[in-house]
Amino acid sequence: MVVASEVLAKAAFKMGFEVSSFPFFGVERRGAPVTAYARIDEHPIRNKSSIYEPDYVVVLDSSLLRGIDILEGLKPSGKVLINYPAGKKLPDLPQRYKYFLIDATSIAAAHGIGSQTAPIVNTAIMGAFAKICDKVALEPVLESIREVAPVKEEENVAAAKEAYERTTEATP
Amino acid sequence: MREVMTGNYASAYGAKLARAEVIAAYPITPQTSIVEKLADFVTTGELKAQFIPVESEHSAMAACIAAETAGARTYTATSSHGLTLMHEVLIWASGARLPIVMTNVSRAMAPPWSVWVDHMDSIAQRDTGWLQFFCQSNQEVLDTIIMAYKVCESSGIMLPAMVIMDAFIQSHTSEPVDLPDQELVDSFLPPYSPDLKIEVGKPMGFGSLVKPDQYMEFRYKAMLGMKAARDRVLRVEREFKSIFGREHGGLLERYECDDADVVLVAAGSVAATAKDVVDSMRAKGHRVGLARIRSFRPFPHDEIRALAGKVEGMAVLDRSYTFGAAGAMFTEARASAYSVQKRPVMKNYIAGLGGRDITPRILERIFEDIQVVSRRGAEDEVEWVDVAGLQRRWR
Amino acid sequence: MTKSYEEIPLTPISDTPSTINLTGYWRVMRPVVDKSKCKKCTICWKFCPDGVIKLVDGEPVIDLQYCKGCGVCSFECPAKCIIMVKEGDL
Repeated sequence: MVVASEVLAKAAFKMGFEVSSFPFFGVERRGAPVTAYARIDEHPIRNKSSIYEPDYVVVLDSSLLRGIDILEGLKPSGKVLINYPAGKKLPDLPQRYKYFLIDATSIAAAHGIGSQTAPIVNTAIMGAFAKICDKVALEPVLESIREVAPVKEEENVAAAKEAYERTTEATP
Repeated sequence: MREVMTGNYASAYGAKLARAEVIAAYPITPQTSIVEKLADFVTTGELKAQFIPVESEHSAMAACIAAETAGARTYTATSSHGLTLMHEVLIWASGARLPIVMTNVSRAMAPPWSVWVDHMDSIAQRDTGWLQFFCQSNQEVLDTIIMAYKVCESSGIMLPAMVIMDAFIQSHTSEPVDLPDQELVDSFLPPYSPDLKIEVGKPMGFGSLVKPDQYMEFRYKAMLGMKAARDRVLRVEREFKSIFGREHGGLLERYECDDADVVLVAAGSVAATAKDVVDSMRAKGHRVGLARIRSFRPFPHDEIRALAGKVEGMAVLDRSYTFGAAGAMFTEARASAYSVQKRPVMKNYIAGLGGRDITPRILERIFEDIQVVSRRGAEDEVEWVDVAGLQRRWR
Repeated sequence: MTKSYEEIPLTPISDTPSTINLTGYWRVMRPVVDKSKCKKCTICWKFCPDGVIKLVDGEPVIDLQYCKGCGVCSFECPAKCIIMVKEGDL
């Protein structure tokens, strides 16, 4: 999650934007639920406050759809990207937003990122995000993944590319 | 070259570019990645330094004191409980006149347990004789570390400095940072060579016993050093600007203050957010400004006094509280304003403790409040902002 | 004599070793070793807080220039071969 927002910030920066990305940790432990935020702007970003009205929401773990209101504060024109198992029916969500799905878990597992029981989806999901976001393109996202990934750079890049291709819009 | 990086990495790069020769540090959330990054630099040979892993923050500072006494440029970083554990040796470092530079990632003190920002840890060290610089951006963190060495290693100063950034809001926030060329930094910051140091074969005792007939003279000299730091900070920043093209506002950064009716005085990351709020309120016709306390030690008395003579209302935001008194920034700002003939109405706002978000909306309401009380006179000098259970709603 | 702040260094520094301070003058009681009872156990040497006991052939020789006469050696000696006597006596 934190890595995903960092990849996003670096990618947007490569495209000439000013960026700011930050995590919010409940507990600083791998696997525990965390939130991360990113701002992208033409002008230097001075606002250090949290984000309450996002343009995009990215959900890395679909089990969070049950526990929390992922749509809280989302702008009317907002888009939602969810890492969601392929073929599974989407739960009831308000019609007013645009939803995009990608099975990033299967893609990450297929590319051997993380373990088979706990695939790491943060790079694949950013490939998918490049598809739905007006501000960032795929190529800078891939470049940022190469910089950020500690190991298996090309596997991570391939996963992001595949996720970019396979992201689909869904209607709940 | 501009790169996207966290405040912690900016801090590590600052120490590397300043060519710190000895680094002794103990990891603590949220400072850990500063130590990790510097350990990386040393391991890969990118930074030629001694990295001393220690068993506590007290030991970290003790190791820095020893290394600095031997003439090495030293660096450490800590946060919160780590900083307060250092308290005793912080005073030793300044009394021994050692220009150590340290990053403090300012974090609330427990209990209640918290890893998020407030300034209680830093403010609790205000009487230790360290210079204290509060930063608002990752760029400023990097630049200030380099400048702090230059300020402090001057023979007229010889005091340590704390470069302070906010937990998570800066330490873990990635934003573009310009990494200056090493050659330029080298031309700005020469190697550290103190007049006096411990040398092999020339035994000396440092910090030895002094009787009542001589103690005050040493403290007086330290006071002169801190006083001289005011000018030194400004001069070093001017030189920094001439080389690197950037500046950060001296002791007190003033933003849209020239024609302001009311100003907000604040330190740390919230000041950056406040600039957005100043812009949006000015667009609606309000004459508001921001004065950012960049150097808390030495305190910008003259600058605050000058500002106080020009405005009707001064809101002072403290991200910590001194129990039994008020916020520390407020009491000092008010003391500075005392000698002004026509004093402004001053009010203290306690906000953002333990990582509570200070939103643009809250800052706007603080400006609105000081506009009202500057006309009417403050009823309460200190108000706690955004506390559940109190009547006033801030969000 | 108090020195002006302008005449002193930034922090108090001494470049003379503390050995110039002959602490033996502080003494009220003086340790006297009865070598005939000494078992060469070295306990006095280990316990001396000022490190002024030297071992010569395993037996203690106390440097009276620095010994403050604390009596720790006398108290710790299992063979009771070190006795404390008033300065001036014996």
